[in-house]
Amino acid sequence: MPFSDEVLARLDVDAAQIIALYPRARSALLPLLHLVQSEEGYVSEAGIEYCAAKLGLTEADVTGVVSFYTMYKRRPVGEYHVGVCTNTLCGVLGGNQILAELHDHLGVGDETTPDGRVSLEHLECNAACVYAPVMMVNWEFFDNMTPASARQLADDLRAGNPVTPTRGPGRLVTWREAARILAGFNDDQATQGPAAGPADLVGLNIAKERGWTAPEPGSASNHGAGRRGASDHAKESR
Amino acid sequence: MTDTLTPVLTAHWDQPDIFTIDGYRRAGGWQALPKALGMTRDEVITVVRNAGLRGRGGAGFVTGVKWNFLPKGDTKPHYLVVNADESEPGACKDVPLMMANPHLLIEGAAIASYAIGAGHAFIYVRGEVLHVIRRLRHAVQEARAAGYLGQNVLGSGFDVEVIIHAGAGAYICGEETALLDSLEGKRGLPRNKPPFPAVAGVYALPTNVNNVESIAVVPSIVLNGADWFGDLGTEKSKGFGIFNLSGHVSTPGTYEAPLGITLRELLELSGGMRGGRRLKFWTAGGSSAGILTDQHLDVPLDFESVAAAGSQLGTRSVQIFDDTTCVVGAVLRWTEFYQHESCGKCTPCREGTFWLVRILDRLEHGDGTAEDVEKLLDICDNINGRAFCALGDSATPPITSAVRYFTDEFVQHHKEGGCPFDPAASTVWSQA
Repeated sequence: MPFSDEVLARLDVDAAQIIALYPRARSALLPLLHLVQSEEGYVSEAGIEYCAAKLGLTEADVTGVVSFYTMYKRRPVGEYHVGVCTNTLCGVLGGNQILAELHDHLGVGDETTPDGRVSLEHLECNAACVYAPVMMVNWEFFDNMTPASARQLADDLRAGNPVTPTRGPGRLVTWREAARILAGFNDDQATQGPAAGPADLVGLNIAKERGWTAPEPGSASNHGAGRRGASDHAKESR
Repeated sequence: MTDTLTPVLTAHWDQPDIFTIDGYRRAGGWQALPKALGMTRDEVITVVRNAGLRGRGGAGFVTGVKWNFLPKGDTKPHYLVVNADESEPGACKDVPLMMANPHLLIEGAAIASYAIGAGHAFIYVRGEVLHVIRRLRHAVQEARAAGYLGQNVLGSGFDVEVIIHAGAGAYICGEETALLDSLEGKRGLPRNKPPFPAVAGVYALPTNVNNVESIAVVPSIVLNGADWFGDLGTEKSKGFGIFNLSGHVSTPGTYEAPLGITLRELLELSGGMRGGRRLKFWTAGGSSAGILTDQHLDVPLDFESVAAAGSQLGTRSVQIFDDTTCVVGAVLRWTEFYQHESCGKCTPCREGTFWLVRILDRLEHGDGTAEDVEKLLDICDNINGRAFCALGDSATPPITSAVRYFTDEFVQHHKEGGCPFDPAASTVWSQA
């Protein structure tokens, strides 16, 4: 079903802003697909038609792009889309067990619970290996998960209890709200949450404890005497 | 001698507001751009080239040389593209960097854009990291409002717009030409090279594609000089880099050190293997680099030494596995990943990864044959060097290296009719 006039009017304002960012309009296709996904929760035929019309593309072209990328969903997912990393490292450290237990606990496979609240998916590496096993909800980080904390998280999401990402904003946004941010429209939570998590700071903390630093500019000795294995006189300056 | 750890990119990650413009300025930020704008473009390129900085995305090409490939004095638009599609299994350096200190990357992007004459810099960030995208976009807005981006930057006459572009889930888009197709709003398929991006990149115009860390280090090089950077590291692998240590170690974490540090040193810093267990295998540069073993504890983690040991420095994604881990199962999961992420454009990668998964899966689950190991190596041989892009080539080192070091374990899987390991023993919550 095509979008209503009211929806179209709203989308058109956003789409114009997105397209204006790019030197060439077609570059706006990925963000526009995020935008139509934010409208309906998935990329429908109407969404594809809309993007095609905006950019002067065929619907076949746009469909081909949609099917290439895993973040675009062709059917509705949960209000909270839960991903469990099962790439080798997270999987070995417990992600495989977490996913299996969540399947059991929620009674669904990689699909959506009947109440539409939570959908489940196994993920590939999400760039947080020092926090393994890692889960994502609507693309926010939930670090150092266990089967118990994963079940609790799923229960809280289904019950509508507030949950807070480990390294992220105070309020977990919905799937549609997340898609809108991906399309290019920030919410007001950019400055919330920590700068870094504890594992990101392990090396920095050790360096501070031991007084290790990068050399001061100009203090390094000439021609590589400061390199590893060379004499240690450069250290005297600290 | 240089200190074991040398935090530069990570130096202010413990400052709670480092991701804001005020926090970044308090940490000495936004001082390199004015300095760079007071230099000629060639002078900026020269300092980066003389520093010896090699691309931090894995390939290790000299960044300043790459910048020099862009045409000079032409009238075409030029583009900078920052590859922030960090997805290599094991890699978690760029995503935390952008979450903690987005201004550092944006300042680097502004300087690099100036150096190569680009009026637009795209930061192509993987879509699955929402808070990173918020932080980047917020930082761009702050920097633009402060006059560091936009028209006539700091009164210099230089114009640059930085665009935060969220991907949509595709590992292949970390390959630079696939990234460019994706940025053009297409399926992320790799392109033939040549032409290289410097000649025909995004919109077939001169483009420079650099990894996040390569760009984020530029402000410190501009401020402190080429020698400051080049004096760290090793003769051919200069400078420092972020190392991620994950897996079966006592304290997984991130360490910034001169290139050339060893796993033995990193393990000491991280408190050693969990529960004092034995190191079985590890990756130096993510799964695509293949695995190494406890024979390689003292290999300097620089481009040349890791290559000489039969692996690659890659993205310095050190994943550690102890002796509870099944190497066949580990490699199976990586191979499933490559199969899933294969874009399908070329036959060796598309079909080869499919068959590799089938064979590894039957070995792991007790249906293997005596010929399977040979067959795996044969298929790898038919992918490696014959695939259209590096993704296909990357699918083979995990298998060939695992067979090299653990042939007996593959054979055991066949002979004993399945996997002899208990996966529960490998989990974080096991008391193994």
